[in-house]
Amino acid sequence: MTTMATPTQPKTGSGIAAPAPDYNPKSESAGAKRAKSIIFHAVALALTAVVLYPALWMLASSFKPNAEIGGANTSLWSNNFSFDNFVTAMDGIGGVSTLQFFTNSLVLAIGAVVGTVLSASVSAYAFARIKFPGRSVFFGMMIATLLLPFHVVIIPQYIVFQQLGLVDTYIPLLIGKFLAADAFFVFLMVQFMRNLPAELDEAARIDGAGHVRIFTSIMLPLMKPALISTSIFSFIWSWNDFLGPLLYLNTPEKYPLPLALRLFVDQTQSSDYGAMIAMSVLALLPVLVFFLVFQRYIVEGVSTQGLKG
Amino acid sequence: MTQSPTLSRRSSSAPVLRKSKQRGADARAGYTFLLPWLLGFIALTVGPMISSLYLSFTNYNLFDPPKWIGLDNYTTLFQDERFLQSVGVTVGYVVFGTPLKLAAALAVAMLLNSKRKGQGFYRSAFYAPSLIGASVSIAIVWKAMFGDAGPVDQGLSFFGINLGGWVGNPSMTMPMFILLTVWQFGAPMVIFLAGLKQIPADLYEAASMDGAGPVRKFFNITWPMLSPVIFFNLLMETIHAFQIFASAYIISNGEGGPAGSTLFYTLYLYLRGFSDFRMGYASAMAWLLVIVVGIITLIFFRTSKSWVHYSGDAK
Repeated sequence: MTTMATPTQPKTGSGIAAPAPDYNPKSESAGAKRAKSIIFHAVALALTAVVLYPALWMLASSFKPNAEIGGANTSLWSNNFSFDNFVTAMDGIGGVSTLQFFTNSLVLAIGAVVGTVLSASVSAYAFARIKFPGRSVFFGMMIATLLLPFHVVIIPQYIVFQQLGLVDTYIPLLIGKFLAADAFFVFLMVQFMRNLPAELDEAARIDGAGHVRIFTSIMLPLMKPALISTSIFSFIWSWNDFLGPLLYLNTPEKYPLPLALRLFVDQTQSSDYGAMIAMSVLALLPVLVFFLVFQRYIVEGVSTQGLKG
Repeated sequence: MTQSPTLSRRSSSAPVLRKSKQRGADARAGYTFLLPWLLGFIALTVGPMISSLYLSFTNYNLFDPPKWIGLDNYTTLFQDERFLQSVGVTVGYVVFGTPLKLAAALAVAMLLNSKRKGQGFYRSAFYAPSLIGASVSIAIVWKAMFGDAGPVDQGLSFFGINLGGWVGNPSMTMPMFILLTVWQFGAPMVIFLAGLKQIPADLYEAASMDGAGPVRKFFNITWPMLSPVIFFNLLMETIHAFQIFASAYIISNGEGGPAGSTLFYTLYLYLRGFSDFRMGYASAMAWLLVIVVGIITLIFFRTSKSWVHYSGDAK
């Protein structure tokens, strides 16, 4: 949004005095340019291999028999590829099928997306577009919560939900999403809305539109990029969340995948590495699919809005 | 706040009565729209913070009413060897992991900051670990890869390096966690890359004309021009690093072993609060964390004046 390319001046006509003919750093020979490009790609590809190795190792191991995963075998290739690990992994754990864990994760993640998009956009509209007393104070407080380690609130929150009898339900995991507790997304949307021209709502106001109208029919459609970033990240963060479900859920039927995975690790220990890794792959699958589909949005989103991921 | 002149003229010519009426309506609308955040802020942040502060001065096990014990939790903490160990582990992780991660991020961002084919591919490939790095799946993979006599160990012994295992070796667990965080350099890298793109190319050209080499260009142009982005990444990554949890929990089976070498602060807090039900003690730990993070943020902001340059500051 704010990244605007600074127009670079044409190389040739910019000089006041013509550069000395023997000194011109720009005119490298075609051969030198080629060599530089080859070195660049060699370094970048080597780095890609190192960075992606753990993910590839995980993928390859999920298809290997147990004996080839642990010890001396560092090679990604096996002569005995099979789907056995996935068959075991899909069986689930503790009498609950993996499909159930998937469904649970999906319910939580979709709930998180809906809640976050609704509550963060409404709150952001107030911060960005309405003038009311105390706005800047509240805004400052919201920014402060961005830096606050959330461990300071989990104990009292747990006590309250426990006393309300809401432990082992999804309510403690979702309520914060509907109350814009992820200040980050509110902040992101505020920044986005502030960049939209003020004439838009002024004109609508002259025509007699109220804030609800302005918000729903002018702001929301224009905010699509911010809404998409928010949806992608709140989905993925919810999908990967471990601490929340660990605190609040205690019946395996309600577990999302990360918690199921931990249960799996606890019960099988290292006896069935293959199935454990196959399940890890399954647990990451939606995130990886999301990434492949939306990678442009995700990476651009990070660079313009400073998301962490 | 850019307001076009026509608009301000229009509003100033409006009758005073209508203006104040509008203001009242705006205030009502503002609070209504802010309601979800306000409710959440009070019920999920301010309220819990106050009660956590109170609990930190009590003994509370969730079943009997809290018992006021004054500063006892805080004084006990500093005699608690496991607490001190968790502080050591976490500080080591933050102090070594974060700068290494940021250095990797900056180096790779500078490598990628050129118009070449495949840039988009590399960016995405390097970013991917940041998205999955904190997940349970990756913790399991890490544990398997760095297991004693696992693939990493075997690979290194091929080069004649024998470290005596990683997961089971107390002196190697920290390097293993640092590798895990450095591996996620993609997120700060993408932010650095966006910052690098904003630096005008003519600055480098002018420096070249003056005969500056790559080192001088880096310290005289790249570093100062990029300093706001460096500051942002440093602050966010540091705060983030203090809160590592899922990977520590999974890799150490929720115990912080071997020999307490993976007993990260938040893991110990979790164990105290939710395994031992010492809610007051854990609250005191949480408040110490808030204070430390607050002090660090303050120090960062104070010292930033001497090295962070915002464009338009001094030109």
